[in-house]
Amino acid sequence: MSGASEEPAIETRGLTKRFGRQAAVDNIDLAVPRGAVFGFLGPNGSGKTTTIRVMLGLAGATAGSVRVLGEEMPARLREVLPRVGALVEGPAFYPFLSGADNLRRFDTADRHAPTRTRRARVADALERVGLSHAAGKKVRAYSLGMKQRLGIANALLMPRDLLVLDEPTNGLDPQGTREVRHLVRSLAAEGTTVFVSSHLLAEVEQICTHAAIMSAGRLVAQGTLESMRRSGRARMKLTTPDPADAGRVLRGLGLGLEGDGEQLTAPLVDGLLPEQIVAALVAEGVRVRGFAVENSTLEERFVALTGEGFDVVQ
Amino acid sequence: MSSKQADSAPAVRRRSAAGWALLGSELGVLFRRWRTWAMLAALAAVPVLIGLAVRLTSEDIEPGDGPPFLDRVTQNGLFIALTGTVVSIPLFLPLTVSVAAGDTIAGEANLGTLRYLLAAPAGRIRLLAVKYAAAVAFCIAAALTLVAAGMLVGVVLFPVGPVTLLSGDTIGVGESVLRLLLVAAYVSLSLAGLAAIGLFISTLTEVPVGAMAATAVLAVVAQILGALPQLDWLHPWLFTEHWVGFADLIRQPISWDSFGANALLQGGYIAVFCALAGSRFATKDVLA
Ligand SMILES: Nc1ncnc2c1ncn2[C@@H]1O[C@H](COP(=O)(O)OP(=O)(O)O)[C@@H](O)[C@H]1O
Ligand SMILES: [Mg+2]
Repeated sequence: MSGASEEPAIETRGLTKRFGRQAAVDNIDLAVPRGAVFGFLGPNGSGKTTTIRVMLGLAGATAGSVRVLGEEMPARLREVLPRVGALVEGPAFYPFLSGADNLRRFDTADRHAPTRTRRARVADALERVGLSHAAGKKVRAYSLGMKQRLGIANALLMPRDLLVLDEPTNGLDPQGTREVRHLVRSLAAEGTTVFVSSHLLAEVEQICTHAAIMSAGRLVAQGTLESMRRSGRARMKLTTPDPADAGRVLRGLGLGLEGDGEQLTAPLVDGLLPEQIVAALVAEGVRVRGFAVENSTLEERFVALTGEGFDVVQ
Repeated sequence: MSSKQADSAPAVRRRSAAGWALLGSELGVLFRRWRTWAMLAALAAVPVLIGLAVRLTSEDIEPGDGPPFLDRVTQNGLFIALTGTVVSIPLFLPLTVSVAAGDTIAGEANLGTLRYLLAAPAGRIRLLAVKYAAAVAFCIAAALTLVAAGMLVGVVLFPVGPVTLLSGDTIGVGESVLRLLLVAAYVSLSLAGLAAIGLFISTLTEVPVGAMAATAVLAVVAQILGALPQLDWLHPWLFTEHWVGFADLIRQPISWDSFGANALLQGGYIAVFCALAGSRFATKDVLA
């Protein structure tokens, strides 16, 4: 039992999925530790949803393997999926049924979900996403944000070991986005591993312990959020009324200058501490009004790695 | 290991208890759709129209005029059920069954709900079995609707009494109702083969209307081929071959020959097309 829980919640080896000649997912090795809140980042079309489909056994891999909760997928799908709640490529419901009836319908599909507690579990899930007031309303009359919440409620019908949420904040207002973040935090606190995909980095950055970045089907980075921030280069930022003198000093120290006017910035280089830079500036008579060292944001890292920021691939 | 066994015992018990819930849900969804009731209402309208037309025209119908059994309607209203069934068999009934069967998988794919059913996990073969069972339930509902509406209209508009059969014998009203229910069973069986074809086509596409149309077209084409004497070597293999064979059920004594032949034929179609649907759907990428 304890041996099994040491295994990553999700692990892919050389996972590849081709559509015709295009590799939507190209040889990725993903490792999602148990208990993590894992941000799966990448621009639109980078292969996030396709990876999730293969993980859940909805689509077959062209090559490579997937293990979810320590079990081979899709071979052990019947044992694994009852422990996994999923929102894939947006919510989808029967428009002619009410929100509660839709959830009951999906709940009957899971053989492990007891009929006896169905009503109570559906009510709980609706409560959890703040939809109790609309439980009896036909989904046809739901807004996009309400459907998104209902989709998340569907993932919460049973206690789950793993939640896979594909772009869970799509269509939500800022308040809804905050609520989703709060929900993810509370689920993670209960010990559920949460795998959240997003093309909106800022939304995920605040809740994740780990992240991976996809670009055009490839996994270009993964690790703890801290390690990903660290691997980007820190920058110094100098405010001075003597930019010409300051520029000369900084170049003399081997720093590549950016910016102009009274604000100068430069990526730091190894072996040169910030205090040494300030000392050199002051020694040369440069008036230092402000000096700061900023770690690279995940956003900068994201842009640097994917090359296209949030643009659509292809 | 021992704790695992202790865990799995209640899980197995729960599984057998909850396994049927999906079928209940499927039937609930089918019969809560406006579309299903519209189709059943349209089928019920057929005997109503026939009854009204016969009632409102004063002239006697010559034996052999119009659709089968029409000439007997004025003497005994129960024959409306037969007339209604005969005229609905070639197109109307297969059309409604094509809609129900063509929608099974393609409809879920089109809504996107298929991925959530499979992620639940419903199990692909279990889902297919439930879908087919619901399609057959629709076949039964359609045939029963026709026959029941026919009997009702007959009772309201015409005298009802002992029925003189094709063989000249006479049976009582109770027995006649039984025979009509037998006809409904025969028609349901006939449509079950078509439903299996529709199920298979439904696994091939994400466009439900396409699956419905393709299924309906097959039903029509099979009947056209069945009408061409040049192709009589092919006729025993057409799923439509025995569709109108239920007249045997209103002879005295009942002749079960066509029922048996039809059961064999439809059973073959059901086996082949459910197997095709299963093998297709078991490995299909669900990308909708
Ligand atoms: N059903 C499909 N057929 C062909 N190509 C597809 C299909 N689904 C996705 N793709 C392609 O795979 C790539 C990755 O798509 P997707 O996984 O949806 O990206 P993301 O979820 O990161 O936005 C895209 O280039 C997309 O065009
Ligand atoms: Mg996506």
